[in-house]
Amino acid sequence: MRAWLLDPNPRSRLQSRLGQAWLQALRFRRNHLAMLGLFITVTLLLAAIFAPLIAPHGPITQSLADRLQPPLTPGHLLGTDDFGRDILSRILYGSRITLYIVGLVILTAPVAGLIIGTVAGYFGGWVDAVLMRITDIFLAFPKLILALALVAVLGNGMENAVLAIALTSWPPYARVARAETLTVRNSDYIAAVRLQGAGATRIIWGHIMPMCLPSVIIRVTLDMAGIILTAAGLGFLGLGVQPPDPEWGVMISAGRKFLFEQWWVATMPGLAIFLVSLGFNLMGDGLRDVLDPKGAR
Amino acid sequence: MTPFLKQTGSTLFSLALTFLGLLIVTFIIARVVPVDPVTALLGERATAAQIAEMRARLGLDDPIWRQFGIYLWDVAHFDLGTSIRSREPVLSEVARYFPATLELSTLATIFGVLFGVPAGVLGATRPGSIFDQFTRLFGLIGYSMPVFWLGLIGLLVFYGQLGWVGGPGRLDSAYQMAFEFNVTPVTNMILIDTALAGEWEMFANAISHIILPAGILAWLSMAYISRMTRSFMMNELGQEYMTTARVKGMSEARVIWVHGLRNTMVPLITVIALSYAYLLEGAVLTETIFAWPGLGRYITDALLIGDMPAVLGGTIVVGCVYIGLNMVSDILYRLADPRAR
Repeated sequence: MRAWLLDPNPRSRLQSRLGQAWLQALRFRRNHLAMLGLFITVTLLLAAIFAPLIAPHGPITQSLADRLQPPLTPGHLLGTDDFGRDILSRILYGSRITLYIVGLVILTAPVAGLIIGTVAGYFGGWVDAVLMRITDIFLAFPKLILALALVAVLGNGMENAVLAIALTSWPPYARVARAETLTVRNSDYIAAVRLQGAGATRIIWGHIMPMCLPSVIIRVTLDMAGIILTAAGLGFLGLGVQPPDPEWGVMISAGRKFLFEQWWVATMPGLAIFLVSLGFNLMGDGLRDVLDPKGAR
Repeated sequence: MTPFLKQTGSTLFSLALTFLGLLIVTFIIARVVPVDPVTALLGERATAAQIAEMRARLGLDDPIWRQFGIYLWDVAHFDLGTSIRSREPVLSEVARYFPATLELSTLATIFGVLFGVPAGVLGATRPGSIFDQFTRLFGLIGYSMPVFWLGLIGLLVFYGQLGWVGGPGRLDSAYQMAFEFNVTPVTNMILIDTALAGEWEMFANAISHIILPAGILAWLSMAYISRMTRSFMMNELGQEYMTTARVKGMSEARVIWVHGLRNTMVPLITVIALSYAYLLEGAVLTETIFAWPGLGRYITDALLIGDMPAVLGGTIVVGCVYIGLNMVSDILYRLADPRAR
């Protein structure tokens, strides 16, 4: 198997691609911090998938007799909040909301950025000027404040928070995609495809976008932590996900009232946010070192 | 016309366009917002005649392009509308809140540069050393930290448990009254105002209040600055002029801290300006935690009660500062690097 993967004369495109991926995986595995990041991310995924199986209680099951129990109370590993809800269970269920928000944003913003950037880069001229000017305008806005203003317009709630975050995070992807497009636009293989009669849509979709993907993907992994932090920030301010949904930012904001007496209510969900965004950052750093040796420090 | 002036001119032109775009976006947001400005001003029980009169007075019956023209005219005359909550002009309110944000983020940027630049340079000269790995990890943790949570933990530990720093707000409540009586607000920045008035005890109290939020923001800014300094410095260390300087017999410290850092400074200006701009906005959450009467808190408070003129006015001001900082860094960049002129 290894010999087949590392064969210097691959017999098919698939074999050579798998071989490349194998080498990159090996390089990734040597980076201990990146592996830690991967571990945290996988744990998050598993927690989200199996939340109903591993959570000892329901996420919104109230039990006023057990309110504000400290951590390590039997049955409540991380303690309970002011409604007697189990904090560990809420964190586990909250991972679903976090993943859902991150997933929706990374399915929309990079795609929009990719399309805008490649179109601008491929056509050039006034199309480029107009699209890049719009991108600059969005970049000139402070991100969190624009997201706040958008949520104010759209109303509170998870979907609107996702929309606001997506609307504020596409410009960097457009920039990256345009830069990549400019480097391949005038290459011979594009000219060859064009001479064969391919239209602009086909060239951009089939021959330019794949070239932009690696740098966009690296950017996405590095951005995921930022998305989590913004979503939690919106929840914390009361503008994103609404209680009683167990979103981590909302939980911190609820625990703020009794920070000095019952510290665990606000501390535990924050720890979850921190660990998950650290995991994404570590993994993103490792991926960049592997996929983009130029950017490696 | 010198090339420098010409380039500055084109920078100014593109900034003007960006600013126009900022106004278009805020205008659109203001027009689609579900909060009806007429109801917000008159209350639910206004008569039809009152509503019609208010609509006419606010110009809501005009065609949309005319409304936008009036909006531009107002903004050009520094009129950002009237806050629904306080019935005061938004601009004068913003002017009162902004210095607190400025003070906080300036202090944080100063700390960030003071620690971040040396850390980045030392990391670049000894890549892989314990120090280098520690700085990288420290920075990475800063990147990953939800700033509002960090603020709460900071309050819990350093204020609640240890009592080393002052709590939320800019002064202890005991000093608050004395401040209003004895200190004339010159800059509205508390450290400067108390120092000018010679109230040193109050000054010390203000320091104990600002140190924690500023320290937390400084961590974020240091994480970014040290990382960028390190990668810029790595680039310079491989250059041939470094070898030349060493061959001439120059001391290693001079090679790195004078020759290397000087060339690193050029891209670093942009990085510092960017992190400064980012702190101005990142202060939103920190200000909420620390009850800091700054612009971020002004905007979020206004948002929660649906005071849209205040939200949009604040957004425009933050956007302007952002654009302005970008322009300054652009010009400084060209002044510092003769090749870019």
